[in-house]
Amino acid sequence: MSQHFPVLIVLLPLSAALLSPFFSFMYRQAGKWIAVAALAGSFLCSVGLLLQVTAGGGQAIHYYMGNWVPPLGIEFVVDPINAVIVAMITFLAMCTAIYSTPFLKKSNWLYMGGYYTLMALLCVGLSGMTLTGDVFNLYVYLEIASLSGYGLIALGGNKGTLAAFRYLLIGTIGASLYLLAIGFMYSMTGSLNMADLSVLLQDKMDYPLMIMVIGLLIAAFGIKAALFPFHGWQPDSYTYSHPGAAPLISGAMSKVPAYAMLRFFFYLFGAQHLFVQHGLTVIGILGALGIILGSVMAIAQDDFRRMLAYSSVAQIGYIAVGLAIGSMYGLIGAILHIINHAFMKGSLFMAIGGVQYRFGEFRISQLGQLNKKMPFTVFTICVAALGMIGIPPAGGFFSKIYIMQGAMETGQYIYIAVLVISSLLNAVYFFRVMENIFVNPDAGLKEINPTAGKLELPLQMLIPIVLFGIIILALGFCNASVVDCIIKLGLPEVFLG
Amino acid sequence: MTITDIRPFLAVGVSLLAAFLIMFSGKKPNVREFWSVAAAFIKAGLIFSMVPAVLAGNVYEYTLFAVTDTLGFTLRTDAAGMLFACVSSFLYIPVSFYAIGYMRGHHEKEQTGFFASFAVCLSAAVGIALSANLLTFFIFYELLTVATWPLVFHERNEEARFAGRKYLIYTLVSGQLMLAGIIVVYALAGTLDFQAGGFLSIDMAPKWMLQFLFFIMVLGGAVKAGVMPLHGWLPSAMVAPTPVSALLHAVAVVKAGAFCVLRLVGFVFGPTLLAQIGAATVLAWFAAFTIIASSLIAMKQDNLKRRLAFSTVGQLSYVVLGAALLAPLSILGAYFHIVAHALMKITLFMCAGAIIVTAHKDNISDMHGIGRKMPITMACYTIASLGIAGMPFIVGFISKWNIALGALQVSQPFYIVVLICSALLALSYLMPVTHLAFFKPNENGEFKTYGEANKFMLIPICVTAALSVILGIMPNFGPHLYDLASMAAQSITQGWIGGGW
Repeated sequence: MSQHFPVLIVLLPLSAALLSPFFSFMYRQAGKWIAVAALAGSFLCSVGLLLQVTAGGGQAIHYYMGNWVPPLGIEFVVDPINAVIVAMITFLAMCTAIYSTPFLKKSNWLYMGGYYTLMALLCVGLSGMTLTGDVFNLYVYLEIASLSGYGLIALGGNKGTLAAFRYLLIGTIGASLYLLAIGFMYSMTGSLNMADLSVLLQDKMDYPLMIMVIGLLIAAFGIKAALFPFHGWQPDSYTYSHPGAAPLISGAMSKVPAYAMLRFFFYLFGAQHLFVQHGLTVIGILGALGIILGSVMAIAQDDFRRMLAYSSVAQIGYIAVGLAIGSMYGLIGAILHIINHAFMKGSLFMAIGGVQYRFGEFRISQLGQLNKKMPFTVFTICVAALGMIGIPPAGGFFSKIYIMQGAMETGQYIYIAVLVISSLLNAVYFFRVMENIFVNPDAGLKEINPTAGKLELPLQMLIPIVLFGIIILALGFCNASVVDCIIKLGLPEVFLG
Repeated sequence: MTITDIRPFLAVGVSLLAAFLIMFSGKKPNVREFWSVAAAFIKAGLIFSMVPAVLAGNVYEYTLFAVTDTLGFTLRTDAAGMLFACVSSFLYIPVSFYAIGYMRGHHEKEQTGFFASFAVCLSAAVGIALSANLLTFFIFYELLTVATWPLVFHERNEEARFAGRKYLIYTLVSGQLMLAGIIVVYALAGTLDFQAGGFLSIDMAPKWMLQFLFFIMVLGGAVKAGVMPLHGWLPSAMVAPTPVSALLHAVAVVKAGAFCVLRLVGFVFGPTLLAQIGAATVLAWFAAFTIIASSLIAMKQDNLKRRLAFSTVGQLSYVVLGAALLAPLSILGAYFHIVAHALMKITLFMCAGAIIVTAHKDNISDMHGIGRKMPITMACYTIASLGIAGMPFIVGFISKWNIALGALQVSQPFYIVVLICSALLALSYLMPVTHLAFFKPNENGEFKTYGEANKFMLIPICVTAALSVILGIMPNFGPHLYDLASMAAQSITQGWIGGGW
């Protein structure tokens, strides 16, 4: 059983996705239960996998699909880094699935079943992208994730549909660019297996065609990760997506392409090649610009969700900068930030979703004295905001420190300046949120979903929100163990020298 | 000898725990206040229990966990840290009593958040005092920034909102620059552990880089210590309730800033390196300018709390000046001035608060004759004022005397002139209040019904005023703070200390 963990992570939600509408048809709640159960199972498998791979000292686990040996067959390759990212994705998906149940209270069986199908499929796509060891297989999962993402965004209402359509147009271009890139690689090597490619490509890395490949990959993953200037689709999509699904969409959907980028550049190609270095420089510049512009745009927003969306553009910039630095600490920072940011952004979307659920409100200026009505939600907002700014002891501080250390190590001082400026810009808009909550007079919000008893929100929502707040703090306190016991085991050997 | 002991962390943790409990007992004010007071006593008890061993030359050290992959989250009780920890944890006791009296007497809202933030601030202050490396230090430093913010915007009006923003802008910008500096220091030296005498040396980087590094880092301390022209936040923050002003301006925030400068000078860069790169001289000029300019501004203020705030700006620069002179005795004086100024200024602020609550007067011009109705309060005020001016037998004299001697040790008599001017200026802006209060008739017939402030406020005032006098006569009274300051200065200057008080 335990040797099948890699495939179970994908298989469980996939089956649940297919079964969910039928179960919903028979009994409306059943579709929800099966999806949540499958995502929970998937999370357990990924934790088991993480334990396996770290117990093996970071030795990658290869899982052959249907026992077909690569390079002909498809394999999943699990190293500590993607194991921890998959654990994060499945955990996020599980929590989001539980969290979104109150939103679907009044929906009919088809809506309920369809929603959970999409949710489970999104998890399938994202975990598959992270785990796979085959470039074409990655494309398949990429499309699964994108299509289910379009669906979840469109469920958010009329504006959501428009946002989804816009994302669909841009996202499809991104996916096609990726397909082109692997087409080129296939034409050069005749292989689609990542491990195979990394060997075969080594003496072809200075071919002019590689410039094309690297450029296409940056554009493709840039679009999917909403890296500046490919982020046009993202603010609308995050803002108008289904409020129940927004934590997963914002937390995980843009991180996985960033991780895929890391995988291509550092594991497949190797950062020592000239073209890759240039590519990384480009990513770094885009990331730095995104950090500044995203933050500036975020300051201008009054809609909390839109502010968070622009802040995501900035935070993806952190990850891009970490990659571009390309030293050990740069990568550690980038990977840690993938995890940190998923929880920070996820929790913020959960919190504002909770406010939206109870009061139908998402404008920052209308949150006055929210701490009186929803103390736990406000606690999470504060912790996540501190993490976003990079104030200890929240997790975000430490990823920033590692990235800065990396920048110092390689003498790219400009990135330190960018991060300092970015922290201050982040402080402007997150402290503004807190100021609005604590200082503004009571906004007199009307309850649209009054909660029974003393709880500020239904438990299904409150528990994930508080849990995420605690996780953000825990990631701060335990960052050294995450780095030492997981991330360092999975880094390419060249960095550990 | 280094002893592994978790007590430093317990001392930090006890008020964090209290903050947590306070949040959850908001509905029962008496229980809530019990947590504050209990935490204050336990905290002070824990800190004071470590003093004898530290005086004997031992060091308690404990690493709770790894804060990054190479650095530990470590607290260590060296003499310098102990000094600041003793001051802040001891003064937490009177202030927490005083805060109860003040907040209830003034019928303030949001008291739960107030007491919780207060407790977190004290945790951060002790954490700052005992941090063993720069990163741990920075973590507590930022915690202090964030925890003080709710205290500044406590009134929840527009003025408080802007004061809060101003405070955050000043402290966060300087904090981030300091963080960048820390990263650079780490890359240069490969360590962040505080080391008496400094761990950076001239051969590690070009001179301009070290100078630049010193300035971006010392900025973090100078902002909180209110060195001009970075003092803007401090008078605005006066909108906060008076116990906060007492805490901000006497114990936690501004002292943390001054302590940060001392740490950087004594334990990161070191007097030797700073003398080589000449950066400390510039800092001393700024401090000297601040001492004079702030006194001149203070004279013009009619609001008593604002006047005291500018006085704080000036007095904190004594500490910065003492550090920047790099002489053994001036460093000793700087450390002791942390103690001295804390006691005196907390007395002054508590007096101002007592007047606000009892007589509802903010402005000095309204205080004619108030001394006859509140003789004890005003007597304490007078003692503390004389101490600020540097009168012998009050604690302020000892620190000033040492800073002045330090200026002589490095042959900079100019700074003695600055100190004398400042003393005279302090007299001229603090003593008129006493004069008004005791000798001017009360023209409009007010102050008939008001007596002294209630006991919760009056006793803490008397205690701190009495301590200012006692420590002025016997500077080693209690936990041997003068010896601690002297040990700290000795360790920084590697033994040579000269005469002294």
